[in-house]
Amino acid sequence: MRLDIKSTNPTSTPSIPSSPNDSISNALDKPRRGKRIATWMLFIVILVVCSLYIDVTPYQLFVGLPEMGVLLKEMFPPDWSYLPTIWAPTLQTIKIAVAGTILGAIPAIPAALFSANNITPFKSVSLPIRTLLNLVRTVPDLLFAAVFVAVFGIGPFAGMLALLFFSFGIIAKLTYETVEAIDPGPLEAMTAVGATRIQLIVFGVIPQALPAFISYLLYTFEINIRAATVLGFVGAGGIGLLLNQSLGLFRYDRAATIIILTLAVVLIIDNASTRIRRKLL
Amino acid sequence: MSRVHHLRKWMIALFILVIFIWSMLGLDYQGFQSTSKVVSLSILKGFMHPDWAYVYLPEGEDLLRELLETLVISILGTFVSAILCIPFAFWAAANMSRLRVFPGVGKFTLSVIRVFPEMIVAILFIKAVGPGSFAGVLALGVHSIGMLAKLFSETIEGVDPGPQEALIACGANKLQIIRFAVIPQVIPQILSYTLYRFEINIRSATTLGLVGAGGIGTPLIFALQVRNWNRVGVILLGIVLLVVITDFISSRLRRKII
Repeated sequence: MRLDIKSTNPTSTPSIPSSPNDSISNALDKPRRGKRIATWMLFIVILVVCSLYIDVTPYQLFVGLPEMGVLLKEMFPPDWSYLPTIWAPTLQTIKIAVAGTILGAIPAIPAALFSANNITPFKSVSLPIRTLLNLVRTVPDLLFAAVFVAVFGIGPFAGMLALLFFSFGIIAKLTYETVEAIDPGPLEAMTAVGATRIQLIVFGVIPQALPAFISYLLYTFEINIRAATVLGFVGAGGIGLLLNQSLGLFRYDRAATIIILTLAVVLIIDNASTRIRRKLL
Repeated sequence: MSRVHHLRKWMIALFILVIFIWSMLGLDYQGFQSTSKVVSLSILKGFMHPDWAYVYLPEGEDLLRELLETLVISILGTFVSAILCIPFAFWAAANMSRLRVFPGVGKFTLSVIRVFPEMIVAILFIKAVGPGSFAGVLALGVHSIGMLAKLFSETIEGVDPGPQEALIACGANKLQIIRFAVIPQVIPQILSYTLYRFEINIRSATTLGLVGAGGIGTPLIFALQVRNWNRVGVILLGIVLLVVITDFISSRLRRKII
């Protein structure tokens, strides 16, 4: 049985053969099919060139896979006696994430208000702030952490600062988009009765934007808690430092304990945060 | 009624404040060294005068080549995960099997993969296959499965059941249904999600080198360790440019696809 369906048309049901339309659509399809094949060929060539360039070939995978198996075998059973030792660094990881998120959210509020076009009608103010936010968001948090470790020394403070910058960028962006989308009705009514700009923000903007803002705060916290678990790799505090040490000493059973605890913490916080966010919106 | 509501609001605010103070007290501020002001100034000076000579060195190991390696790692990592996640996506899609449990287990597996930070995956792969770009490609490939397969499975769940039913009616088998009724409907959305993941992966790829998994992160961490701020400045500039340019191209492509 031959199935006669044009894969380019997403919603096509099996077409009725022998209709005059069939030959027309075939003729129309021909150049498109050529273009499609050319696109795929280009794609494959790019992939092959890429894999040759950095010397990544399936052969290496076959060599590396048994090593992976050995590693996983050494991880089990995990060393549960290590759990009391890693409890304090895990709490520190959570603290880094909480402090970084909240401290980043505070400057994000004025930044969001100044870059929202309906609150700040001056392009000369909003444009530079938006550009700054875009720049901050292009730098991954771990790079921030690596730089701050060099400035402030090894420790959780550098990690907290890195998360602060990251949270600032993401919360401010999401919030100003929300502020721009709020209902203009109350704002107009308040302007009509002569409210000042501060009153406008406190009684018109904040009540409308607050649930979304808290939801973004929690969302960023979820991202930050994941980021905080690996900040230790560059020396910025948290559980990552111990994980790096255990791996360096080939104590894979301890590494497994750390990874399992981290996963549990992340899963619990994710679940709680998602539930609160669903309630908010 | 409104007083109860008010009380609850204040309780929540108080709770957040307590958590915040608790978290702030836990962090030691020995980080505020007396040297940090001097260091900050020298960093600023380094950023003002980037090490332009590092952009291209004839003997290799320069900024352009490292950035190219980062780009290649994220392309290959995205490709690997886009291939690997297809079976996971069909596994987790609720409309692809009659059992209720089977997709549920698939969804749980994906959320477990998602909570694994990619740095941890990268370190495990470095231990297994040695440091280098290969570990980075594998780390991105495996970590991205979690998110991509979830998005793919949601796309599959949203397909129009009409073509499927028509194919079943004329006696097509399971593979034929997937090939001719499901895949044509989901391809544009899947391509768009893959490009989106590529944008995320290029950011991750810049950090993979910090732990030794190839790319621009490795020279960055070396430059940070020897406090060569001019070089740090030019590398960070290169990273920002790379991310901005790939984001621009990728979002253009995504808009064209959908």
